Amino acid sequence: MGRNNGGGGLRVLMLGWEFPPFISGGLGTACYGLTRAMDQLDVGVTFVLPRMVERQYVTHVRLLSPGSRAGESGLQGGQVELQNVKFRSIASPLQAYATPAEYKKRVAESVRLQRELAALLGGDEVRGGQDYSGDLSEEVNRYASMVVDLARREDFDVIHAHDWMTYPAGVAVAGVTGKPLVVHIHSTEFDRSGEHVNQVVYDIERQGMERAGRVIAVSHYTRGIVVSRYGIPAEKVEVVYNGVERNGQWSFVDTSIKRDEKLVLFLGRITMQKGPEYFLRAAKKVLDVMDNVRFVMAGSGDMMYRSVELAAALGIGHRVLFTGFLRGDDVQKIYRLADLYVMPSVSEPFGIAPLEALDNDVPVLISKQSGVSEVLRHALKVDFWDVNEMANKIVAVLKYAPLRMTLRNHGNFEVRRLRWKDAARNCIRIYQEMLVAV
Amino acid sequence: MPSVCFYFQVHQPMRLRHYTVFDKDERYFDESKNAAICKKVAQKCYLPANRLLLKLINQHRGRFKVAYSLTGVLLEQLERYSPEVLSTFHALAETGCVEFLAETYYHSLSFLYSRREFIEQVRKHVAAIECLFGQTPTVFRNTELIYNNDLALLVEAMGCFDAIITEGADHILGGRSPNFLYRPKGCRHTKLLLKNYTLSDDIAFRFSNRDWTEWPLTAGKFGQWVSAVNGSGNVVNLFMDYETFGEHQWEDTGIFEFMRHLPDEVLKHPDNDFMTPSEVAGAYESVGEVDVPEVISWADTERDLSAWLGNAMQSGAIHELYRLEKKIKRANDERLLDDWRRLQISDHFYYMCTKYFSDGDVHKYFNPYDSPYDSYINFMNVLDHLQSRCRRRAVQDAAGGESAKRHAAQMSATS
Repeated sequence: MGRNNGGGGLRVLMLGWEFPPFISGGLGTACYGLTRAMDQLDVGVTFVLPRMVERQYVTHVRLLSPGSRAGESGLQGGQVELQNVKFRSIASPLQAYATPAEYKKRVAESVRLQRELAALLGGDEVRGGQDYSGDLSEEVNRYASMVVDLARREDFDVIHAHDWMTYPAGVAVAGVTGKPLVVHIHSTEFDRSGEHVNQVVYDIERQGMERAGRVIAVSHYTRGIVVSRYGIPAEKVEVVYNGVERNGQWSFVDTSIKRDEKLVLFLGRITMQKGPEYFLRAAKKVLDVMDNVRFVMAGSGDMMYRSVELAAALGIGHRVLFTGFLRGDDVQKIYRLADLYVMPSVSEPFGIAPLEALDNDVPVLISKQSGVSEVLRHALKVDFWDVNEMANKIVAVLKYAPLRMTLRNHGNFEVRRLRWKDAARNCIRIYQEMLVAV
Repeated sequence: MPSVCFYFQVHQPMRLRHYTVFDKDERYFDESKNAAICKKVAQKCYLPANRLLLKLINQHRGRFKVAYSLTGVLLEQLERYSPEVLSTFHALAETGCVEFLAETYYHSLSFLYSRREFIEQVRKHVAAIECLFGQTPTVFRNTELIYNNDLALLVEAMGCFDAIITEGADHILGGRSPNFLYRPKGCRHTKLLLKNYTLSDDIAFRFSNRDWTEWPLTAGKFGQWVSAVNGSGNVVNLFMDYETFGEHQWEDTGIFEFMRHLPDEVLKHPDNDFMTPSEVAGAYESVGEVDVPEVISWADTERDLSAWLGNAMQSGAIHELYRLEKKIKRANDERLLDDWRRLQISDHFYYMCTKYFSDGDVHKYFNPYDSPYDSYINFMNVLDHLQSRCRRRAVQDAAGGESAKRHAAQMSATS
């Protein structure tokens, strides 16, 4: 079906992130969805990603074929065979969504563990930790030079780099090989840090966008930031919306949450960007006029403890449940129980989670400050700061079954139109335009 | 000898204000928005169109005639926000060449939900027209030309109408022409005037469409199309929204110029004339029976109710609304009754329609809401408050004078 797209023969060096099941957010989901769709369109992909050094690995570069056991590598996309994709993992503690401060802590922790492990095993065959830089931007550069080493031995036509930590690697490979570079903006420093941008990160992002032949933004919302905040010429920046993987599994799972209770779900990283505070303030207002509502915050992040405290301070602690980070089946389970999914993001470049919620028949309320609100009509929308209106809409969804039903039916139908294959086709078209230009 | 029969629908809804679940007052309607829209449409459409038609009627000395259906909620708003429009309608009424039709005062879907309420609203509308224009309507048209056999029977049983106007939908005519009068199935004397939707929509929808092969449409060309009906029909019913002039078709499309020349072009042919709906009903006999078991309307290509009642929100909201009828009427409170009835304005349900929304054709109709969901939530919040007023009334009535005071005292003591 995809063979008529002209993607055949093309080879992409994809500088990406985590694959299922090791996923902490939308970035991994997007890399997976896009790569899988490209595979189906007969595009060859060499997928490079950073991995923490594991005990059994002794070399920096570990080759993983699609045939390797999923449980061990965690790199294979679920049960799906990827015919045209090769994986290359590079030992590095780089992790999606890290901030420089978090990174420092994480490396220190890792080094300590490695040392303990080495002491325990009585030898020094465990390597890696010592090689890491304690500084994030240095590590990003170290990663870049390792990717260059790897790229010399790979055959590809285009380089496609996802989010800022891989941009220096992309720029370096492009410089050495002369191959065109596409950078894909899933989020910007302004989304992650508001106005308190980290200058180092900003500079890396900007350099990547400037050096790239084309910039892909996940929404017009993000494209606007790329143009206005990074000064990138508008004609170079294209919008390619994310898709959603259809799940279609249905399993009713009993849990301790009683069904005479309504459940409102926040699912995502609990960070400033995701607006947990607005969710809780809206929850308070909902509980002022309605009983029997439970608010679930599924996820973890640097705002988690402050959120727990805020819930207590608002006097709604007993009505808010913090589940921590959920994965796999647990995510499906919580969707099955939810009456409404709320994404109150302060700044959300795209936001795949609402699409997954709709795919699981859960109506969604999303902030207008999100890229996904550009593609969803059958969703409730609100300004993230307008907690009164957010509460108004939450109450309406919980109170009126016809509203839930209409949102669910239309939303589920609408979400089917957002397919990764279309996103992949758009990327392939961009590659081809660049290759013609070269 | 076709008679050209113009009828213009004139209506403006009363839009709700943004009303959340936290709002507790009885101000449901957006006075400033309604005033602004009413004044804007008055300037762009009602005033220039009324003045033009008045001029044409005077010029043609009784040979050019038109009919209007002015909803009660429009009349109230004109009185409040644009009284000069009302005075031009008075002037039109005094020419003797203008007929006013009857409909439900609140432009409601009440026929589908409560016969009793339907009859009350029609009576209220007739009374308003009599009071304002000194003439008693004898032709009935239902909201959005919603119609079926039962409606015809009910209207005939009311005993004050000679004819009903509805859509000349293909499937009810079965190949017959809309350019004749018909008899509704089961009725004895009532006549049916059917909209010639092709010629009506040429003016109302296609007039400014440059992709249309007949663009530009001139009065001369249209006059020829009307004359072509000669020998194959008695009447050409041109029914449309009045906002066609200046609002749906902007002035710069030439729509007023078209209308300015149309009477001349139609009357060029000696067999043609203009008639009002009641004159048509008096002049021609029914040529056959029309059987409409299922409900039809003039909306969209479907000609059905899906624009108002097509999704679960729409039917849920309207059911909840009409379920209150007994309580509202028992309360014997004019303000409560009027608020309830204003919530019946069909536009409230139209705004909740998801079918255009899915196509991305959001601007098909002026809609004050960003989405059908917002409109439903807003409506339900208002309805919820209206229900609470009903309950309060019921409690007061049950308790009666002295004990009500005691109850109020108790309530304030416990809170």
